Amino acid sequence: MTAIETPPRDAATDRWSSGVIPYAQMGYWEPDYVPKDTDLLCAFRITPQDGVPPEEAAAAVAGESSTATWTVVWTDRLTAHEHYQAKAYKVDPVAGTPGQYIALIAYALDLFEEGSIANLTSSIIGNVFGFKALRALRLEDMRIPLHYVNTFQGPPHGIVMEREYLNKYGRPLLGATTKPKLGLSARNYGRVVYEALRGGLDFTKDDENINSQPFMRWRDRYLASMEAVNKAMAETGEIKGHYLNVTAGDMESMYERAEFAKEIGSVIIMMDLTVGYTAMTSMSKWARRNGVLLHLHRAGHGTYTRQKTHGVSFRVIAKWCRLLGVDHIHAGTVVGKLEGDPNMVRGYYDTLRDGFVPRDPLHGIYFDQDWGSMPGVMPVASGGIHAGQTHQLLHYLGEDVVLQFGGGTIGHPMGVAAGATANRTAVELIVQARNEGRDYFTEGPEILRAGGRWCAPLRAALDVWGDISFNYESTDTPDVATTATPA
Amino acid sequence: MHVTQGTFSYLPPLTDAQLKAQVQYALDNGWALSVEFTDDPHPRNFLWDMWGLPMFDLRDPAAILLEVQRCRDAYPTRYIRVNAYDRTLGRQTTALSFIVQRPKDEKGFRLERQEGRDRQVRYTLHPYAADRPSGERYER
Repeated sequence: MTAIETPPRDAATDRWSSGVIPYAQMGYWEPDYVPKDTDLLCAFRITPQDGVPPEEAAAAVAGESSTATWTVVWTDRLTAHEHYQAKAYKVDPVAGTPGQYIALIAYALDLFEEGSIANLTSSIIGNVFGFKALRALRLEDMRIPLHYVNTFQGPPHGIVMEREYLNKYGRPLLGATTKPKLGLSARNYGRVVYEALRGGLDFTKDDENINSQPFMRWRDRYLASMEAVNKAMAETGEIKGHYLNVTAGDMESMYERAEFAKEIGSVIIMMDLTVGYTAMTSMSKWARRNGVLLHLHRAGHGTYTRQKTHGVSFRVIAKWCRLLGVDHIHAGTVVGKLEGDPNMVRGYYDTLRDGFVPRDPLHGIYFDQDWGSMPGVMPVASGGIHAGQTHQLLHYLGEDVVLQFGGGTIGHPMGVAAGATANRTAVELIVQARNEGRDYFTEGPEILRAGGRWCAPLRAALDVWGDISFNYESTDTPDVATTATPA
Repeated sequence: MHVTQGTFSYLPPLTDAQLKAQVQYALDNGWALSVEFTDDPHPRNFLWDMWGLPMFDLRDPAAILLEVQRCRDAYPTRYIRVNAYDRTLGRQTTALSFIVQRPKDEKGFRLERQEGRDRQVRYTLHPYAADRPSGERYER
């Protein structure tokens, strides 16, 4: 048997010969390319298999996430293919990490349907993550051109409108997730909501996995929660809310739950990331139409955001969620129980809140991002935080944030309302100290202890949790400098 | 009953020195201060009466404290708040707002429940003070 002889090929002349040629020679590697303002840019962390040149790996990613397939097709010649082909234009090794490269790829705006995160993600992360020539692949960042940003609705209300709606200014908002997450009856659930709100929190929250289970059906929970919300409002003279989770197995049920929440006067509903981009976009439009704030729990994101070599960075998920439009999204605490390097979390918060986010490798930001006039999303810090960390939380997270002390409210030795009072008092003390020009980050523990002298609930909270911290190394850290997660 | 609207309602009443520090912070940020008062503390009543216009050009904290005092003298039994306004593009809203005077006897709110079908309840918050005409609500 004789092997079929393939004649030596010349890339310039044989681009269109049938067969397999490297992606780089098909036009997907263009080191001289100057990205246009209208291009969508991606930064991928690529880990090629042994023997695969990084430029070819980058070109393969560009090809498979745009027009290419594995072999030459003559039908490309029916199109202005140079326009539709994504272009890998830069590949740099990651300093100190052999085998990893950052590849920058430009995509023409025409590749994406207006206002569709589903379409955008089907293109960019649709096929390439299982590509055999790569050992691992991570989408680190995405520059979304303002032309494309403006095809999305964005947050139904945004930070400014939310504050005006709630009549709350100048301090972080406070929340708590009802605990235990599962098993409470509607009446017991309402008790926790009521106590937490009357004690001083602005919001309470359904947990991500509270939907409509045998121990508590959604309608019963909604009614009990609204009784609690309204009673707490009467006792404090302040607007209160409970995030009613409308997540369900189908879209019709989600709309039904959302409509009911609106009917009974809830200012806010929530949904889980697990429902998918299209469902979230639909709920966002519903929330804008109906004047109900929309909270998003990022349930499941850790499966693809946490590992540094493979998956999608949370900063990209944050961008997609700001585009499709939510008013709140969980974005890390730095000091709590869940993953979060301070620099990376800073990058997420800037991405969610600011109108323009400049390139900053220390914060994991690879590109300038212009949001135009799209409102900001309120980040939510939740998971293992307590009153004794308030000075750190204000320092790392700023003022436009919802601090959610779940266990740190409900586990208080004097009861749920006392726990809420401790948290609210701690926040007001630290904000006051910051505004007075004090070094509140250093003096925080002292400021809080002084408050504890006249606020018994705060004193008790500091006694129980004052020394609790979650001091583990972060997995997802910037390449340019590594900082241990602070206590 | 203690209305907890405003940035610092869980702290003891601010002293004049503490109030001045907050005003200075607002001025340092380029925010305009304003003073407002009301005898209708319903949480959705955002239209408190304005004690003059926002003080866009006043940069002296002592002068702003003087306006607060004049408002207190004129309306000794009402709620008074100080607001700081941020006109920056992208904000254009209140940046800080806190109560600096409240009635001695805060009357609180009645929660009215209108029972509907299918166990639904319509809730209405009614300030007890609003049972009397404005100007006669906290005077006794």
